[in-house]
Amino acid sequence: MRSFLSFCLVACLVGAALFWAITRPAELAARWADPVDADAAAGALVFAAAGCASCHTPPTAGTEGDAPVLSGGRAFETQFGTFYAPNISPDPVSGIGSWSFAEFARAVTLGVSPEGSHYYPAFPYTAYNKMEPGDVADLFAFMKRLPVTQEPSKQHAVAFPFSQRRALGVWKKLYMSDAYHVTSVPTPELERGRYLVEALAHCAECHTPRTALGGLDPIRWMEGAPDPAGKGRIPAITPQVLDWSTADLVAYFTSGLTPDYDSAGGDMAVVIENLAKLPEADRMAIAAYLGAL
Amino acid sequence: MSKNFLLPVAALAASAILATTASGDGHADKALTAAIDARQAQMQLVSYNMGILGGMAKGETPFDSATATAAAENLASVAKLDRSILWLEGSIQGAVPGTRAKAEIWSDAAGFEKASVDLETAADGLVTAAGADVSALQTAMGVAGQTCSACHKAYRGPRN
Repeated sequence: MRSFLSFCLVACLVGAALFWAITRPAELAARWADPVDADAAAGALVFAAAGCASCHTPPTAGTEGDAPVLSGGRAFETQFGTFYAPNISPDPVSGIGSWSFAEFARAVTLGVSPEGSHYYPAFPYTAYNKMEPGDVADLFAFMKRLPVTQEPSKQHAVAFPFSQRRALGVWKKLYMSDAYHVTSVPTPELERGRYLVEALAHCAECHTPRTALGGLDPIRWMEGAPDPAGKGRIPAITPQVLDWSTADLVAYFTSGLTPDYDSAGGDMAVVIENLAKLPEADRMAIAAYLGAL
Repeated sequence: MSKNFLLPVAALAASAILATTASGDGHADKALTAAIDARQAQMQLVSYNMGILGGMAKGETPFDSATATAAAENLASVAKLDRSILWLEGSIQGAVPGTRAKAEIWSDAAGFEKASVDLETAADGLVTAAGADVSALQTAMGVAGQTCSACHKAYRGPRN
């Protein structure tokens, strides 16, 4: 009896130690040296392609044109609870103004806060983990120049067990991979398209359905999914379903007009505002990637 | 000036017509459904004429200034249809079947009016571009598309 109890105790301790080891927030690799020649103008394009403002501006934000105020506050209702996009303006207290480049890179590419806790994957770090260090540096340089706001971030409304951030370490082990979904990119254009779609623009976050635990289901890549906001369905964008030509896709990414001359609405209209800021070659690369799926 | 004055008057008249027919016999619903049908016919005219211009902008059909001008002028006329009798209060997604019109069209009437005037301006821009060349047309189509999207983003609900 006594030996059984001590066995249980040891098993529990080993289990807890294993859990602690598995869920430990990752450290940044050494390749992330402090940037010496970050380019804020190039960072503006990374910022647009990654769609940062789409989530981190408040729902009442004005239209394009002005520099975005990244006060956060937008709510994301999911089956796990409601997440609120935080303030990522350069305010040193409410935002990320006091962060080092290493802290920023760890947050964006590993989903770990400067305090060393896991972010919820409503923040698409499972895509951003494929970002080039130079792009992260340019992005950081650009974001430091955006307007400051002291608006405090809202607490997520997430119930137990999902309120236990440490457990996200297990989720990351299951669903976070720095390998690309599409493994073959025979041309530089396809490679660029893959980088834009899978790393920056994180298209799959909405266009790919999720498993019960909220991870992307790679078997059904870009095959469309229920709209997490509740109403409607996000369409499939594989060429088997979407019979748009490359010119159609590029025109859509530029003007928001479909081949039937309907126009994008809802969240996709916001995405297109971002894509329209990119060079034409980038929109063509995204179209090429989709055509090759 | 006269338009600004007439708009509320026409809206009042329309709601008066609605009020007198809303006696539970379904006439009000009919009026709303008719307005929705008319709006969608207007949108169809927009997309038909945009299609002609878009085919040229994308290089699918050769640029022809006369045809482009005809399409752009149609578009400019359609964009200017009086909104007061098309956007009847209550002809809203969820309340009446077959529409994706959001409540914000009425709760943010000033914003919706601005978005509508933006469409008129964009359509006038297409008329000018159609008289010029294909690269002007491509630029003007970009502006028109953004105008469509901006309004649909704010005032059109999800598909289902």
